[in-house]
Amino acid sequence: MPVEALSQLAEIARLTTFSMTPLLLAAIGEIITELAGVVNIGLEGIMLLAGFAAVAAAEAWGPLAGLLAGVLVGTLIGLLHGWISVYLKGDQIISGLGINIFALGFVAFGIEALWGVRGYYTPPPEAKVPRIPGLGVSPTFIAAIVIALVSYYVLYKTGIGLKIRAVGEKPDAAESVGVHVERVQLAATVAGAALSGLAGAFLSIDWLAAITKELPAGRGFIALAIVNFANWNPILALAGSGLFGFFWTLGEWVKNIGTIKAVIPIPLLNTIPYVATLVVTAGLIGKSRPPAHIGRPYRRE
Amino acid sequence: MGLEKISGVFERIIPLADVLVAIAVGFVASGALMEVGGYNALEAFRSLFEYSFLDTYYLSSTLSFAAPIMLTALTFAVGVRAGVFNIGAEGQLYLGALGAVLVAAFHLPGFLYFPLGLALGVGFAVASAAVAGILKAKRGVNEVVSTIMLNWIAFWIVEYMRTYQIADPHDPSKTIPVPPQARLPLLISGTELSAAIIIAIAFVIATYYILWHTVIGYEIRATGLNPDAARYAGIRVDRSILASFIVGGVAAGLAGFLEVTGRPPHYAITTGLSNLLGLGFDGITVSLMGLNHPLAIIPASIFVAALKVGARGMQIEAGVPLEMVKAVQGIIIISLAAPGLIRTIQARRRAKLVEEVKPVAG
Repeated sequence: MPVEALSQLAEIARLTTFSMTPLLLAAIGEIITELAGVVNIGLEGIMLLAGFAAVAAAEAWGPLAGLLAGVLVGTLIGLLHGWISVYLKGDQIISGLGINIFALGFVAFGIEALWGVRGYYTPPPEAKVPRIPGLGVSPTFIAAIVIALVSYYVLYKTGIGLKIRAVGEKPDAAESVGVHVERVQLAATVAGAALSGLAGAFLSIDWLAAITKELPAGRGFIALAIVNFANWNPILALAGSGLFGFFWTLGEWVKNIGTIKAVIPIPLLNTIPYVATLVVTAGLIGKSRPPAHIGRPYRRE
Repeated sequence: MGLEKISGVFERIIPLADVLVAIAVGFVASGALMEVGGYNALEAFRSLFEYSFLDTYYLSSTLSFAAPIMLTALTFAVGVRAGVFNIGAEGQLYLGALGAVLVAAFHLPGFLYFPLGLALGVGFAVASAAVAGILKAKRGVNEVVSTIMLNWIAFWIVEYMRTYQIADPHDPSKTIPVPPQARLPLLISGTELSAAIIIAIAFVIATYYILWHTVIGYEIRATGLNPDAARYAGIRVDRSILASFIVGGVAAGLAGFLEVTGRPPHYAITTGLSNLLGLGFDGITVSLMGLNHPLAIIPASIFVAALKVGARGMQIEAGVPLEMVKAVQGIIIISLAAPGLIRTIQARRRAKLVEEVKPVAG
């Protein structure tokens, strides 16, 4: 019995490496973007668009091309959002909302235009990213961990990181010492969106191997919650993604347990990750401090 | 002297110009996407227009869809007026619809179904909105995150109710229908246009009145304009924010209730909430196109409803998947996010003019 319990725990841990990866990638991306003073609530839409592009590219040229296509789509949307937010001094929240709504429509349209099916497409198995032999986890998971650690180092221990954080805290002061505020903000927005793009590609050709218009299922917004939870620290985001990813795995796991399924029907079990996110975010008050100049365009006097 | 007057008028026209430019960008960009996807964009837009306005039946369908989305637009607009981004109308609308069909499960005197369904639906919606409002006002929880979580929770709760508790025994793809006594009368028989549109417009006008002619409305707007100044002036900012969520919850709950009590033939909630999906998010487009002003929301809702209804025509005549219109909406919103576009161009032109005038004046 204990051996079986242990193996079940190991399996839950293995499954959590999958559910936490998209959250971690998107949250790290958003931390970079927000530290530079730009908010991007379009993560959900970026994941969806990138997931779509990844399936199309992976089908044609293999899984690596799929992952790269996801990153490329993220980069392009990041350029658009960055241009609107940073150079046109537009409304960052509205731009993000627009990205999300565009993605919903475009991907549903694209699935039908490209594959002639409605709502749901499954790519062939050779389009899927292979697992690491022996461990059964995705190489993208390992990459995400490395990205989190490197991001922490760059953001908090290097001159580049100092520049990014200075721009998000006191853009006028940063500029007075020769930092190109707009350029740094655009770069941080693009980098952040590119990571969300990778998260979307992971969802569609790595973990789930399918594209639907519900692919991200709120993960883009849970990533936003993790950014707050982590107080803009990539290491804490690692922990937060593990926690929120665990809830996601738990929600799926309990569906396989007959006794629970008999008491709580599946549609209600599906609420677990969302309820958990609400409860955890509600429990953290005043413990995190956002960058001082976040969400507002920088205007020179 | 005259110049100032003209420029004042000009400043007011700019927002409308922003909206028109955004619509143009939306159509041009989506037209390009359709052409790339192998569709005939001009044919698609022609049938979009034909199937939304050029026929009594289609026109009445357009007006019937304007009803729910002008209400969900109000949810977003009142939020923006209080300085918050309440994107929870989607889930609150599901809950409003749930209330309307839930009462049908009970044996009641016929005249009670309408008021009880309304109270239940709006009550559920307000409860969900209040969670986001309290979390925002008391704990500073980002409302964008909380309302999306609540949308998903509402989705699965209503799906659960639909499949496990109030499924139609004759047709499990939908819930039991709203009892005939609680259904809204049709304004034109043979169409989908019910009295819901009248109730929706009345509610929008009432909300306009509350926002601009009552104390709580003033407090909501003051909070949105400058929370620090509002607090300094003695306004309880947390109360204003919560009030904006409550008003928004009532509007979205009403939208869901009216949608199932007013739309033939099912008068029910269908599989995967397919007859409700997106009506909340459509409201965001409507609100932004109406510059978050209740009265401007009314014409904006007719425009977005025409897109929704015309999309069917686009699919029939040009074979374009009807979700395309959602992409159009997204592009319009993204364009509206950057009103700076027009102003930047104008500022540049003005700067150029000044450059040109300078030597003459000097």
